[in-house]
Amino acid sequence: MSGDGREDGATVVRAVAAVADRLEDERAYLTELDSAIGDADHGGNMARGWAAAAEAARELDDPDPQTVCKTVGKTLMAEVGGASGPLFGGSLVFASAELDDGLTPESAVAFAETYLEKVEDRGDARVGDQTMVDALTPAVHTFKKSIETDGLPPLEALAKAVDAAERGVAFTVPIRARKGRASYLGWRSVGHQDPGATSTLFILEELLATAADALGAEIPDVDATSPTIPDDGEEATDASAPDPEDD
Amino acid sequence: MKKLINEPDDVVDEMLDGMIAAYPDRLRRLPDTQVVVRDDAPVEGKVALVTGGGSGHEPTHAGYIGDGMLDGAAAGDVFSSPTADQFEELIGACDAGDGVLAIIKNYEGDVMNFETAIELAEMEGVEVESVVVDDDVAVEDSLYTSGRRGVCGTILVHKAAGAKAAQGDDLSEVKRVAEKVIENVGTMGTALTSCVTPEKGEPTFDLGDDEIELGIGIHGEPGTERTELMSADEITEALTEAVLEDLDLDTGQEVLTIVNGMGGTPQMELFVVNRRLQELLGERDVETWDAWVGDYMTSLDMAGASITVCAVDDELKELFAAPADTPALTQTQ
Repeated sequence: MSGDGREDGATVVRAVAAVADRLEDERAYLTELDSAIGDADHGGNMARGWAAAAEAARELDDPDPQTVCKTVGKTLMAEVGGASGPLFGGSLVFASAELDDGLTPESAVAFAETYLEKVEDRGDARVGDQTMVDALTPAVHTFKKSIETDGLPPLEALAKAVDAAERGVAFTVPIRARKGRASYLGWRSVGHQDPGATSTLFILEELLATAADALGAEIPDVDATSPTIPDDGEEATDASAPDPEDD
Repeated sequence: MKKLINEPDDVVDEMLDGMIAAYPDRLRRLPDTQVVVRDDAPVEGKVALVTGGGSGHEPTHAGYIGDGMLDGAAAGDVFSSPTADQFEELIGACDAGDGVLAIIKNYEGDVMNFETAIELAEMEGVEVESVVVDDDVAVEDSLYTSGRRGVCGTILVHKAAGAKAAQGDDLSEVKRVAEKVIENVGTMGTALTSCVTPEKGEPTFDLGDDEIELGIGIHGEPGTERTELMSADEITEALTEAVLEDLDLDTGQEVLTIVNGMGGTPQMELFVVNRRLQELLGERDVETWDAWVGDYMTSLDMAGASITVCAVDDELKELFAAPADTPALTQTQ
């Protein structure tokens, strides 16, 4: 968020490339998660789709952030297919409409909120259905509150959002799937981590790493549970997950 | 298993080219897509009807493109939804300014990709409405859906809504009759064998020589019940029973019936099924107004059949009897 459209556009292109690399690295892991509850195609579809998206973004001539996001979304829509194409790609196309005036803390919040809204509507899913919404919702709400209420710098807000998404991913494990392919398993879906929530976390982690890199800053050490959101005990924590120190 | 194919990855592409070559004056394919539209699309002065879904259900979907039925259809890979960008191209190519009705079979991938495309088309100023067909009475939730699956009853939605659009009615009227069909139609199918996808080359599920599946879908997904092989009459009774129970028809109700082959069952056997179906309806004081027999909504080379019953009133009878001229379905008046 340099305020410079071209510079921000180039940063977003780098972020997309970082996401593509990460999802290629995590391909086997995502496939493994998906084979337990779905049809074992999430790892391959996401790696293939984001590789194509990174390629398409790289070929853009000096783009602004909106153009990059729209291009990536369209490419994901065309390449990923199934339900993930509309969820990951379509939502990105619609959210990119919020970036008319470039990337600012305010437009980033609007972007995140629209993205979440589109995923919820398209997937007809809410928190607790064991879907990507479980990672996205705490991330988006934490980001919004960090920017709008707590007045935190964008990088710290994004770090808190990633931390919240991580807790959201852990939350998918003990609950029962009510949407998506896993819902067919009924109670047998309990105990499985949702692949879509997991890949959503990986995407957010790469956005954070690229943003920190662009600012020449370290990734802030944060804990989204305090004081940003009250700990009401609803979100399960995973003992094996990294436990960031309180800030 | 032997298949008359070249490379599995090329099947859909080569099928579409072959189809265009068979009907060059009726159909065309949008460049660099798996979208087939009427040669004269967009047709001025009428609501456009579009649909699409995975391939492997031929003659669904592109076989029903033509006068009195569809304006275009997007073909996905075998048993996979077309992507949203393909649906978007389809809508754009068929819209003549009078609006578009999208007919979607209830599968998660189809619904999400179509809905995304519809929202994008609306941002471009196209008026689009959609209906979701869910006529399969066998399941509430399945491997691929929340709610019931959309199967052979979809053809009747194409027919009625297509006739309504051809008469020049507006989008809300075309949508109303599509929904009327959806409310009044039920289907249930059986498999004697699994289908074999080009990709896998082997049966999708194992079924013994003396076993059948009842309540199957159209993608080789399992049925709701596996039983010992029964006679044609017994199978027909089981399917008809399930459909009629769901429809809960009044005595004397007129219906249109379809005995649909799943791709690997000869007409001879479909007519045997139809014979018993009509006897059963007669015994229950249900009046058959029209009976269709043939392969309308298939599942590759699966052996088996589905039975569709649709309650009809004067309006639906008029629309089902209206002229249609498509590669797979012709109706003359």
